[in-house]
Amino acid sequence: MAEFFTNLLGQDLGTLVWIVLRILVIVAPLLLGVAYLTYAERKVLGAMQLRKGPNVVGPFGLTQPLADGIKLFFKETIIPTDANKFVFVLAPALTFILALVAWAVIPFFEGGALANVNVGILYLFAISSLGVYGIIMAGWASNSKYAFLGSLRSAAQMVSYEVSIGFVLVAILLCVGSLNLSDVVHAQEKSVWFIVPHLPLFIIFYVSGLAETNRLPFDLPEGESELVAGYMVEYSAMTFALFFLGEYANMILMSGMITTLFLGGWLAPFGLAAPFGLVKLWGLFWFLAKIAVMLFGFLWVRATFPRYRYDQLMRLGWKVFLPFSLFWLVLTAGVLEYTGWMRS
Amino acid sequence: MIEGLVFYLFAAITVASGVMVVSSRNPVYSVLWLILAFFNAAGLFLLLGAEFLAMVLVIVYVGAVAVLFLFVVMLLDINYLRLREGFMQYLPVGALIGLILVVELLMVYGGWKFADDAPLSVASRTPDPTAISNTDALGRLLYTDYAFLFQAAGLVLLVAMVGTIMLTHRTRTGVRKQVIAKQNARTKESSVEIVKVTSGGGI
Repeated sequence: MAEFFTNLLGQDLGTLVWIVLRILVIVAPLLLGVAYLTYAERKVLGAMQLRKGPNVVGPFGLTQPLADGIKLFFKETIIPTDANKFVFVLAPALTFILALVAWAVIPFFEGGALANVNVGILYLFAISSLGVYGIIMAGWASNSKYAFLGSLRSAAQMVSYEVSIGFVLVAILLCVGSLNLSDVVHAQEKSVWFIVPHLPLFIIFYVSGLAETNRLPFDLPEGESELVAGYMVEYSAMTFALFFLGEYANMILMSGMITTLFLGGWLAPFGLAAPFGLVKLWGLFWFLAKIAVMLFGFLWVRATFPRYRYDQLMRLGWKVFLPFSLFWLVLTAGVLEYTGWMRS
Repeated sequence: MIEGLVFYLFAAITVASGVMVVSSRNPVYSVLWLILAFFNAAGLFLLLGAEFLAMVLVIVYVGAVAVLFLFVVMLLDINYLRLREGFMQYLPVGALIGLILVVELLMVYGGWKFADDAPLSVASRTPDPTAISNTDALGRLLYTDYAFLFQAAGLVLLVAMVGTIMLTHRTRTGVRKQVIAKQNARTKESSVEIVKVTSGGGI
């Protein structure tokens, strides 16, 4: 395919068109996935609370996300008079863009990443550490007390949980010996999925992921009961929709990261062979299936746990996760050094 | 050709946002411009093939340091007009300091020369970039030749951290605090008391 475009349009332009096409092939299904994740969330929550969930628009309510999208699109975008207009509009756009660009390095199947870079893990970590800017800027630019309080809470929360996420990543890359995400999956192909030796890290990463994406039970930045909706309180219509899309895209991204790092990415369980030789489709299928399971976990947690108190949240991050992930990092390094197990 | 264009794009944005950092009226804008400058510097690193440094620049400076800057600047209640007062009064002093610095830089530049063994160590210590990723190369250098300096840098940071905690830590009395161990140690016997209340008698 790449040759087709370079022959047709010349070397530079052809490569550019080919890359843009590949980006579209990733982003379009992703946005569809985000839309249907909101539907899935409402259906799953409904089922867990013995309700039906959305069931009016279309068969089984399947066109509900479309209706919601159209509604948000046709609403008026209100910008408060005292708001800093440029930053106010920039913030949701930034959140949304960051949620999309991180997908560039995720390998969907064998060799199926948009950019197979050598520093994939660091890239993901860098992008996820930028997510906090969208929220701080939104809170500051709104010029509103609730929004500002929410954004401060959120920033403190994300910075705290990033620390333990960082240590988890270091422990994983010790076992892999490379920062390339495809190498992470190959290392799991050679030994076992990292969830087996690193189960405690998996749990830490999952919970930190919940905190990082501001999901329940760590959704204090939004805290409907005390902050109305936190940093989003002044946003309406499409600016709000961008925040919403970004948040859900981040959930899918976090699930993708967990899948790649702990659940063997595109690998089929028990080394099941691909039917009819469709190796890439088979890999893609397992990758998406694992993401779906992780996302179901996100929704399940939301239906089950009450919201954390702020001091409990900080205690969990700094006094439980941080020391434990540090301990596990040293343990991993020691085991690798003295047994040579899983050493690449 | 494209690489050259991208270089000039990154470089121009870096310099322009650097200028905006010092010339913006609003300190929050200054920090935002600073972030843009960091980003484009990371882009320049990428063009050099130093992808590890580029990512670390984004993680450390944009992801951590600039967040702190932004926090501080947003929480400070700064009167922007007061900030501008007395600008002309301080201008001569500032200009003089700037001039001295420029002269000093020029003198340093004039006397610039490499240490005698520098070309030798540069030649011997450069791994083949096609055979080894630059994360690997940097790690090997840091943990072999410069291991003690690396550890010393870590110690300096540790001392800074301990010092900050010592300076700001205070024990307040009369604060209700949740002690998880105490809560877990509670039993039915220690926390629930069943009282037989006589009707009309009260407890």
